[in-house]
Amino acid sequence: MIEAGAPAPDFSLPNQDGDTVSLKDLEGQYSVLVFFPAAFSPVCTDQLSVYEEVSPDLCARNVALYGVSVDGAFALKAFQASIGTTIPLLSDFHPKGEMAQAYGVWVPDMGVATRALVMVGPDLQIRWTHQPPSPLEIPGANLIFDALDAVAA
Amino acid sequence: MTPSQPDGLKSSPVPPVGEDDHVLGDGTVVVEYADLECPYCAKANLLLTDLPVRRVFRHFPIVSKHPRARVLSHALEAAGMQGRFWEMHGSLLADQGHLDDPHLWERCERLGIDVARFDADRRSDAVAERVARDFRSGVRAGVMTTPTLFVDGVAHPGVPEQSLLTRLGG
Repeated sequence: MIEAGAPAPDFSLPNQDGDTVSLKDLEGQYSVLVFFPAAFSPVCTDQLSVYEEVSPDLCARNVALYGVSVDGAFALKAFQASIGTTIPLLSDFHPKGEMAQAYGVWVPDMGVATRALVMVGPDLQIRWTHQPPSPLEIPGANLIFDALDAVAA
Repeated sequence: MTPSQPDGLKSSPVPPVGEDDHVLGDGTVVVEYADLECPYCAKANLLLTDLPVRRVFRHFPIVSKHPRARVLSHALEAAGMQGRFWEMHGSLLADQGHLDDPHLWERCERLGIDVARFDADRRSDAVAERVARDFRSGVRAGVMTTPTLFVDGVAHPGVPEQSLLTRLGG
């Protein structure tokens, strides 16, 4: 997995509405890329739902969240609606997993991204990463706030 | 939820049982973060009922997933203000198909709760703050799904497994 201190690898992916989101769109604020294996899986649903609940706090800290999975944009649109989240979801569908590979979170055996968090600074440098011991373990929202305090210190 | 609360959402151990916590029974302390619209919480409630444990209820409404969850948490607090917390808790989890306002009023009448007072209380700032405080303490302790039970400070996410229930005397 990519490490803190490295420049964030470039990417350009469609979001759930088909609009392109690129690395340069992240410039000027902290962003957290939330890599997750699959839309509609029970664990991913809980993860994004709780992040959604704390989004006012993230907004107050000037942090943007982006979900990233290998699902197609239309599937991500449906997923976004089904969990009532406003978090933009990026589709790493074609070429499949290109962004996940660039960030070192690709699971070749399963053809998905593993569950991981990557914090990108306003200067587009990687500031913090987190990968739970198992993809079934959901990284707590508290970890994002811990990391923010650590990198801002 | 107020974004500018001074406590933030940094990691912090699950708060110990306090005087204003909702507590039921005696035995091993089980602190439970739950969402009243969550079917897994209803199942966990069935599994925990009759165990020799001291249950401590904390609100963890996940509104994006369960649109009525926060409203129900507020209603439960308001019922608690009239001494009917656990009765309302059991009633809500026993019938999650009927959670609209008229169903809540019906429950109030059955449980001897003054409806006018209930309606005023559940919309009060104090109740909203109480529920938000529980939610934030859960986030800080790493709660990411409901139910999440804490036994001796260790988190057990999801419907409790048999091994845990056995340990608790089930």
